[in-house]
Amino acid sequence: MTKNWPLWEVFVRSKNGLEHRHFGSLHAADAEMAMENARDVYTRRNEGVSIWVVESKYITASNPQDNGELFEPAQDKIYRHPTFYDLPDDVKHM
Amino acid sequence: MSENEVKNLEAIFEARIARDEKIEPKDWMPEKYRQTHIRQISQHAHSEIVGMLPEGNWITRAPSLRRKAALLAKVQDEAGHGLYLYSACETLGISRDELYEQLHSGKAKYSSIFNYPTVTWADMGAIGWLVDGAAIINQVPLCNTSFGPYARAMVRVCKEESFHQRQGYEIMLTLCNGTQEQKEMAQDALNRWWWPSLMMLGPTDDASVHTEQSMKWKLKRKTNDELRQQFIDQTVPQADLLGLTIPDPDLKFNEETGHYDFGPIDWDEFWQVVKGHGPCNKERMNARVNAWEEGAWVRDAAMAYAEKQTAKKVAKAS
Repeated sequence: MTKNWPLWEVFVRSKNGLEHRHFGSLHAADAEMAMENARDVYTRRNEGVSIWVVESKYITASNPQDNGELFEPAQDKIYRHPTFYDLPDDVKHM
Repeated sequence: MSENEVKNLEAIFEARIARDEKIEPKDWMPEKYRQTHIRQISQHAHSEIVGMLPEGNWITRAPSLRRKAALLAKVQDEAGHGLYLYSACETLGISRDELYEQLHSGKAKYSSIFNYPTVTWADMGAIGWLVDGAAIINQVPLCNTSFGPYARAMVRVCKEESFHQRQGYEIMLTLCNGTQEQKEMAQDALNRWWWPSLMMLGPTDDASVHTEQSMKWKLKRKTNDELRQQFIDQTVPQADLLGLTIPDPDLKFNEETGHYDFGPIDWDEFWQVVKGHGPCNKERMNARVNAWEEGAWVRDAAMAYAEKQTAKKVAKAS
Protein backbone atom coordinates (compact mmCIF):
# COMPACT_ATOMS: atom_id res chain seq x y z
CA MET A 1 0.00 0.00 0.00
CA THR A 2 3.08 2.20 -0.01
CA LYS A 3 2.16 5.76 -0.69
CA ASN A 4 4.91 8.36 -0.59
CA TRP A 5 4.87 11.23 1.84
CA PRO A 6 4.10 14.48 0.01
CA LEU A 7 6.58 17.32 -0.42
CA TRP A 8 6.34 20.48 1.72
CA GLU A 9 7.98 23.89 1.35
CA VAL A 10 9.44 25.45 4.48
CA PHE A 11 9.52 29.19 5.24
CA VAL A 12 11.32 30.55 8.28
CA ARG A 13 11.27 33.97 9.94
CA SER A 14 14.80 34.34 11.29
CA LYS A 15 13.83 37.06 13.76
CA ASN A 16 10.89 39.32 14.47
CA GLY A 17 10.86 42.28 12.14
CA LEU A 18 11.97 40.17 9.16
CA GLU A 19 9.77 38.32 6.67
CA HIS A 20 9.49 34.55 6.37
CA ARG A 21 11.96 33.36 3.76
CA HIS A 22 12.00 30.12 1.77
CA PHE A 23 14.49 27.74 3.45
CA GLY A 24 13.96 24.53 1.51
CA SER A 25 11.65 21.57 1.34
CA LEU A 26 11.05 18.21 2.97
CA HIS A 27 8.73 15.21 2.96
CA ALA A 28 6.14 14.60 5.67
CA ALA A 29 2.85 12.72 6.04
CA ASP A 30 0.90 15.73 7.35
CA ALA A 31 1.25 19.35 8.42
CA GLU A 32 2.10 18.53 12.01
CA MET A 33 4.94 16.23 10.96
CA ALA A 34 6.10 18.77 8.38
CA MET A 35 6.37 21.33 11.17
CA GLU A 36 8.33 18.97 13.42
CA ASN A 37 10.66 17.95 10.60
CA ALA A 38 11.16 21.58 9.55
CA ARG A 39 12.26 22.38 13.07
CA ASP A 40 14.81 19.55 13.06
CA VAL A 41 16.06 20.02 9.52
CA TYR A 42 16.14 23.80 9.19
CA THR A 43 16.45 25.33 12.67
CA ARG A 44 19.07 23.32 14.57
CA ARG A 45 21.07 26.47 15.31
CA ASN A 46 18.56 29.14 16.26
CA GLU A 47 17.89 30.06 12.64
CA GLY A 48 14.29 30.96 13.30
CA VAL A 49 11.51 32.20 15.55
CA SER A 50 8.59 31.18 13.32
CA ILE A 51 7.99 28.50 10.69
CA TRP A 52 5.45 28.17 7.90
CA VAL A 53 4.98 24.91 6.02
CA VAL A 54 2.83 24.51 2.94
CA GLU A 55 2.36 21.49 0.75
CA SER A 56 4.29 22.15 -2.46
CA LYS A 57 1.36 21.27 -4.71
CA TYR A 58 -0.49 24.38 -3.49
CA ILE A 59 2.16 26.75 -4.81
CA THR A 60 1.57 28.18 -8.27
CA ALA A 61 4.84 29.27 -9.83
CA SER A 62 5.42 31.43 -12.88
CA ASN A 63 7.14 29.80 -15.81
CA PRO A 64 10.52 31.21 -16.89
CA GLN A 65 9.30 30.94 -20.50
CA ASP A 66 6.78 33.68 -19.71
CA ASN A 67 9.40 35.98 -18.23
CA GLY A 68 9.35 38.28 -21.24
CA GLU A 69 5.65 38.83 -21.09
CA LEU A 70 5.61 39.10 -17.31
CA PHE A 71 8.62 41.19 -16.50
CA GLU A 72 9.85 43.02 -19.59
CA PRO A 73 7.06 45.60 -19.67
CA ALA A 74 8.55 47.09 -16.48
CA GLN A 75 11.90 47.68 -18.16
CA ASP A 76 10.89 50.64 -20.33
CA LYS A 77 8.93 52.41 -17.60
CA ILE A 78 11.88 54.34 -16.35
CA TYR A 79 9.56 57.17 -15.33
CA ARG A 80 8.72 55.04 -12.30
CA HIS A 81 12.16 55.78 -10.89
CA PRO A 82 13.15 59.04 -9.17
CA THR A 83 16.27 59.48 -11.34
CA PHE A 84 14.05 59.96 -14.43
CA TYR A 85 13.20 63.51 -13.34
CA ASP A 86 15.68 66.33 -14.01
CA LEU A 87 15.85 68.85 -11.22
CA PRO A 88 18.43 71.59 -10.65
CA ASP A 89 21.12 70.81 -8.09
CA ASP A 90 19.91 73.74 -5.99
CA VAL A 91 16.77 71.90 -4.98
CA LYS A 92 17.45 70.38 -1.58
CA HIS A 93 15.77 67.56 0.37
CA MET A 94 14.24 65.88 -2.63
CA MET B 1 12.26 21.25 -30.98
CA SER B 2 14.59 21.22 -33.99
CA GLU B 3 18.29 20.53 -33.63
CA ASN B 4 19.09 24.13 -34.44
CA GLU B 5 16.73 25.47 -31.82
CA VAL B 6 18.33 23.24 -29.18
CA LYS B 7 21.80 24.42 -30.24
CA ASN B 8 20.63 27.99 -29.91
CA LEU B 9 19.18 27.37 -26.44
CA GLU B 10 22.39 25.64 -25.40
CA ALA B 11 24.45 28.62 -26.51
CA ILE B 12 22.25 30.99 -24.51
CA PHE B 13 22.48 28.63 -21.53
CA GLU B 14 26.28 28.37 -21.62
CA ALA B 15 26.53 32.15 -21.92
CA ARG B 16 24.38 32.60 -18.82
CA ILE B 17 26.67 30.35 -16.80
CA ALA B 18 29.74 32.13 -18.16
CA ARG B 19 28.21 35.40 -16.89
CA ASP B 20 27.87 33.77 -13.44
CA GLU B 21 24.08 33.75 -13.65
CA LYS B 22 22.40 31.03 -11.60
CA ILE B 23 20.24 28.35 -13.17
CA GLU B 24 16.97 27.66 -11.35
CA PRO B 25 14.91 24.45 -11.54
CA LYS B 26 12.25 25.63 -14.01
CA ASP B 27 14.77 27.19 -16.42
CA TRP B 28 15.53 25.39 -19.64
CA MET B 29 18.68 23.29 -19.31
CA PRO B 30 20.48 20.77 -21.51
CA GLU B 31 19.53 17.20 -20.62
CA LYS B 32 23.18 16.45 -19.88
CA TYR B 33 23.30 19.28 -17.34
CA ARG B 34 20.25 17.86 -15.62
CA GLN B 35 21.62 14.31 -15.56
CA THR B 36 25.09 15.34 -14.40
CA HIS B 37 23.57 17.35 -11.57
CA ILE B 38 21.26 14.54 -10.52
CA ARG B 39 24.28 12.25 -10.43
CA GLN B 40 26.52 14.57 -8.45
CA ILE B 41 23.95 15.96 -6.01
CA SER B 42 22.48 12.55 -5.26
CA GLN B 43 25.92 11.06 -4.80
CA HIS B 44 26.62 13.86 -2.36
CA ALA B 45 23.32 13.26 -0.51
CA HIS B 46 23.94 9.51 -0.33
CA SER B 47 27.40 10.17 1.11
CA GLU B 48 25.89 12.22 3.93
CA ILE B 49 23.36 9.50 4.71
CA VAL B 50 25.80 6.57 4.56
CA GLY B 51 28.36 8.75 6.35
CA MET B 52 26.22 8.59 9.47
CA LEU B 53 26.84 4.85 9.81
CA PRO B 54 30.57 4.70 10.69
CA GLU B 55 30.09 7.39 13.34
CA GLY B 56 26.78 6.11 14.64
CA ASN B 57 28.84 3.11 15.68
CA TRP B 58 30.47 5.16 18.47
CA ILE B 59 27.61 7.27 19.84
CA THR B 60 26.76 4.88 22.65
CA ARG B 61 30.44 4.41 23.52
CA ALA B 62 31.61 8.02 23.49
CA PRO B 63 34.02 8.56 26.42
CA SER B 64 32.11 11.48 28.00
CA LEU B 65 28.76 13.21 27.85
CA ARG B 66 30.42 16.21 26.14
CA ARG B 67 31.79 13.98 23.39
CA LYS B 68 28.52 12.11 23.08
CA ALA B 69 26.44 15.28 22.68
CA ALA B 70 28.86 16.60 20.06
CA LEU B 71 28.94 13.35 18.08
CA LEU B 72 25.17 13.07 18.20
CA ALA B 73 24.85 16.64 16.92
CA LYS B 74 27.34 15.94 14.15
CA VAL B 75 25.51 12.82 12.99
CA GLN B 76 22.22 14.73 13.12
CA ASP B 77 23.79 17.44 10.94
CA GLU B 78 24.74 14.78 8.42
CA ALA B 79 21.15 13.60 8.25
CA GLY B 80 20.15 17.25 7.73
CA HIS B 81 22.75 17.72 5.00
CA GLY B 82 21.48 14.62 3.25
CA LEU B 83 17.96 16.03 3.38
CA TYR B 84 18.95 19.47 2.03
CA LEU B 85 20.72 17.77 -0.84
CA TYR B 86 17.95 15.30 -1.65
CA SER B 87 15.51 18.23 -1.83
CA ALA B 88 17.84 20.14 -4.14
CA CYS B 89 18.13 17.05 -6.32
CA GLU B 90 14.36 16.54 -6.47
CA THR B 91 13.96 19.98 -8.06
CA LEU B 92 15.54 18.41 -11.16
CA GLY B 93 12.54 16.15 -11.60
CA ILE B 94 13.58 12.94 -9.87
CA SER B 95 11.61 11.60 -6.90
CA ARG B 96 13.01 10.81 -3.46
CA ASP B 97 11.98 7.20 -3.95
CA GLU B 98 13.90 6.89 -7.19
CA LEU B 99 16.94 8.37 -5.47
CA TYR B 100 16.76 5.84 -2.62
CA GLU B 101 16.19 3.06 -5.12
CA GLN B 102 19.40 4.06 -6.96
CA LEU B 103 21.36 4.01 -3.72
CA HIS B 104 19.96 0.71 -2.52
CA SER B 105 20.41 -1.06 -5.85
CA GLY B 106 24.02 0.11 -6.10
CA LYS B 107 23.33 2.15 -9.24
CA ALA B 108 24.28 5.39 -7.46
CA LYS B 109 27.57 5.75 -5.67
CA TYR B 110 28.52 7.39 -2.40
CA SER B 111 31.90 8.50 -1.13
CA SER B 112 34.15 5.44 -0.92
CA ILE B 113 35.65 6.57 2.40
CA PHE B 114 32.59 5.43 4.33
CA ASN B 115 33.39 1.85 3.44
CA TYR B 116 36.23 1.78 5.95
CA PRO B 117 35.58 0.53 9.49
CA THR B 118 35.72 2.68 12.64
CA VAL B 119 37.57 0.42 15.03
CA THR B 120 38.63 2.76 17.84
CA TRP B 121 37.41 5.99 19.41
CA ALA B 122 40.35 7.78 17.77
CA ASP B 123 38.63 7.13 14.44
CA MET B 124 35.99 9.69 15.47
CA GLY B 125 38.80 12.21 15.81
CA ALA B 126 40.46 11.24 12.53
CA ILE B 127 37.18 11.32 10.61
CA GLY B 128 36.24 14.77 11.85
CA TRP B 129 39.71 16.15 11.26
CA LEU B 130 40.58 14.48 7.93
CA VAL B 131 37.37 13.31 6.28
CA ASP B 132 35.37 16.42 7.14
CA GLY B 133 38.48 18.49 6.40
CA ALA B 134 38.68 17.01 2.90
CA ALA B 135 34.91 17.40 2.50
CA ILE B 136 35.10 21.10 3.36
CA ILE B 137 37.81 21.66 0.75
CA ASN B 138 35.59 19.94 -1.79
CA GLN B 139 32.43 21.78 -0.74
CA VAL B 140 33.44 25.40 -0.25
CA PRO B 141 33.86 26.04 -4.00
CA LEU B 142 30.41 24.49 -4.58
CA CYS B 143 28.74 27.38 -2.73
CA ASN B 144 29.24 29.25 -6.03
CA THR B 145 28.14 26.50 -8.37
CA SER B 146 25.75 27.37 -11.20
CA PHE B 147 22.66 25.43 -10.09
CA GLY B 148 20.83 27.60 -7.54
CA PRO B 149 19.30 24.94 -5.25
CA TYR B 150 22.63 23.09 -5.00
CA ALA B 151 24.57 26.28 -4.25
CA ARG B 152 22.06 27.29 -1.54
CA ALA B 153 22.20 23.85 0.08
CA MET B 154 25.99 24.00 0.05
CA VAL B 155 26.07 27.38 1.78
CA ARG B 156 24.10 25.88 4.65
CA VAL B 157 26.20 22.70 4.69
CA CYS B 158 29.49 24.59 4.78
CA LYS B 159 28.34 26.82 7.64
CA GLU B 160 27.62 23.73 9.73
CA GLU B 161 30.58 21.63 8.68
CA SER B 162 33.27 23.66 10.40
CA PHE B 163 32.21 22.43 13.85
CA HIS B 164 32.59 18.87 12.60
CA GLN B 165 36.23 19.32 11.77
CA ARG B 166 37.02 21.24 14.94
CA GLN B 167 35.44 18.63 17.21
CA GLY B 168 37.46 15.94 15.40
CA TYR B 169 40.72 17.81 15.83
CA GLU B 170 39.94 18.39 19.51
CA ILE B 171 39.49 14.63 19.99
CA MET B 172 42.89 14.05 18.36
CA LEU B 173 44.48 16.78 20.47
CA THR B 174 43.11 15.29 23.70
CA LEU B 175 44.40 11.83 22.78
CA CYS B 176 47.81 13.23 21.82
CA ASN B 177 48.08 14.98 25.17
CA GLY B 178 47.07 11.79 26.99
CA THR B 179 48.89 8.57 27.84
CA GLN B 180 51.36 6.86 25.50
CA GLU B 181 48.66 4.36 24.62
CA GLN B 182 46.18 7.12 23.73
CA LYS B 183 48.73 8.85 21.55
CA GLU B 184 49.44 5.58 19.75
CA MET B 185 45.72 5.20 19.19
CA ALA B 186 45.63 8.62 17.52
CA GLN B 187 48.66 7.75 15.35
CA ASP B 188 47.05 4.47 14.35
CA ALA B 189 43.87 6.26 13.30
CA LEU B 190 45.87 8.75 11.23
CA ASN B 191 47.75 5.86 9.61
CA ARG B 192 44.52 4.23 8.54
CA TRP B 193 42.57 7.36 7.44
CA TRP B 194 45.30 9.37 5.71
CA TRP B 195 45.38 7.64 2.34
CA PRO B 196 41.62 7.09 2.03
CA SER B 197 41.19 10.82 2.79
CA LEU B 198 43.51 11.72 -0.09
CA MET B 199 41.59 9.35 -2.38
CA MET B 200 38.34 10.93 -1.28
CA LEU B 201 39.17 14.01 -3.35
CA GLY B 202 38.77 11.89 -6.46
CA PRO B 203 40.90 10.33 -9.19
CA THR B 204 43.86 12.28 -10.61
CA ASP B 205 42.99 14.89 -13.23
CA ASP B 206 44.18 12.78 -16.16
CA ALA B 207 41.92 9.90 -15.01
CA SER B 208 38.88 11.98 -14.14
CA VAL B 209 36.28 11.73 -16.88
CA HIS B 210 33.93 14.46 -15.71
CA THR B 211 36.32 17.28 -14.78
CA GLU B 212 36.29 19.31 -18.00
CA GLN B 213 32.51 19.52 -18.40
CA SER B 214 32.03 20.07 -14.68
CA MET B 215 34.49 22.97 -14.65
CA LYS B 216 32.54 24.63 -17.46
CA TRP B 217 29.30 24.35 -15.51
CA LYS B 218 31.02 25.53 -12.32
CA LEU B 219 30.00 22.25 -10.76
CA LYS B 220 33.66 22.04 -10.06
CA ARG B 221 35.85 25.09 -9.58
CA LYS B 222 39.15 23.39 -8.86
CA THR B 223 40.48 20.09 -10.18
CA ASN B 224 40.86 17.01 -7.96
CA ASP B 225 44.64 17.37 -7.92
CA GLU B 226 44.45 21.03 -6.91
CA LEU B 227 42.04 20.19 -4.09
CA ARG B 228 44.25 17.32 -2.93
CA GLN B 229 47.34 19.54 -2.85
CA GLN B 230 45.44 22.16 -0.87
CA PHE B 231 44.30 19.52 1.61
CA ILE B 232 47.81 18.17 2.11
CA ASP B 233 49.34 21.64 2.45
CA GLN B 234 46.94 22.65 5.17
CA THR B 235 46.81 19.31 7.01
CA VAL B 236 50.53 18.55 7.41
CA PRO B 237 51.16 21.48 9.81
CA GLN B 238 48.08 20.40 11.79
CA ALA B 239 49.60 16.91 12.19
CA ASP B 240 52.89 18.50 13.28
CA LEU B 241 51.02 20.42 15.96
CA LEU B 242 49.56 17.16 17.26
CA GLY B 243 53.01 15.58 17.24
CA LEU B 244 51.80 12.88 14.84
CA THR B 245 53.58 11.52 11.77
CA ILE B 246 51.86 11.42 8.38
CA PRO B 247 52.29 7.85 7.07
CA ASP B 248 54.08 8.87 3.87
CA PRO B 249 57.88 8.53 3.72
CA ASP B 250 57.96 10.66 0.54
CA LEU B 251 56.17 13.61 2.10
CA LYS B 252 58.47 16.63 1.94
CA PHE B 253 58.05 20.39 1.70
CA ASN B 254 59.22 21.65 -1.66
CA GLU B 255 60.83 25.09 -1.24
CA GLU B 256 60.58 25.77 -4.96
CA THR B 257 56.87 25.16 -5.42
CA GLY B 258 55.84 26.14 -1.89
CA HIS B 259 53.84 22.90 -1.63
CA TYR B 260 54.35 19.48 -0.10
CA ASP B 261 55.47 16.71 -2.44
CA PHE B 262 53.87 13.37 -1.58
CA GLY B 263 54.19 9.69 -2.40
CA PRO B 264 52.12 7.66 -4.88
CA ILE B 265 48.50 6.92 -4.03
CA ASP B 266 47.30 3.33 -4.32
CA TRP B 267 44.57 3.87 -6.90
CA ASP B 268 43.94 0.15 -7.22
CA GLU B 269 42.66 0.23 -3.65
CA PHE B 270 40.44 3.21 -4.50
CA TRP B 271 38.85 1.50 -7.50
CA GLN B 272 38.39 -1.74 -5.56
CA VAL B 273 36.45 0.13 -2.88
CA VAL B 274 34.43 2.11 -5.45
CA LYS B 275 33.51 -1.16 -7.18
CA GLY B 276 32.13 -2.56 -3.93
CA HIS B 277 35.07 -4.55 -2.58
CA GLY B 278 36.02 -2.29 0.35
CA PRO B 279 36.05 -3.60 3.91
CA CYS B 280 32.50 -2.45 4.75
CA ASN B 281 30.59 -1.89 1.48
CA LYS B 282 28.17 -4.77 2.14
CA GLU B 283 27.71 -3.90 5.81
CA ARG B 284 26.90 -0.26 5.00
CA MET B 285 24.35 -1.08 2.32
CA ASN B 286 22.73 -3.78 4.45
CA ALA B 287 22.33 -1.34 7.34
CA ARG B 288 20.86 1.28 5.03
CA VAL B 289 18.45 -1.07 3.22
CA ASN B 290 17.33 -2.63 6.51
CA ALA B 291 16.60 0.76 8.02
CA TRP B 292 14.51 1.63 4.97
CA GLU B 293 12.64 -1.65 4.75
CA GLU B 294 12.02 -2.06 8.45
CA GLY B 295 10.75 1.51 8.62
CA ALA B 296 8.20 0.91 5.86
CA TRP B 297 5.34 0.15 8.26
CA VAL B 298 6.03 3.39 10.16
CA ARG B 299 5.87 5.44 6.96
CA ASP B 300 2.68 3.67 5.92
CA ALA B 301 1.09 4.15 9.33
CA ALA B 302 1.91 7.88 9.33
CA MET B 303 0.37 8.25 5.88
CA ALA B 304 -2.75 6.28 6.85
CA TYR B 305 -3.15 8.43 9.97
CA ALA B 306 -2.78 11.63 7.95
CA GLU B 307 -5.40 10.46 5.46
CA LYS B 308 -7.79 9.52 8.26
CA GLN B 309 -7.39 12.93 9.89
CA THR B 310 -8.03 14.70 6.59
CA ALA B 311 -11.15 12.58 5.97
CA LYS B 312 -12.43 13.43 9.46
CA LYS B 313 -11.95 17.16 8.82
CA VAL B 314 -13.73 16.93 5.49
CA ALA B 315 -16.65 15.04 7.09
CA LYS B 316 -16.93 17.64 9.84
CA ALA B 317 -16.93 20.53 7.37
CA SER B 318 -19.68 19.08 5.18
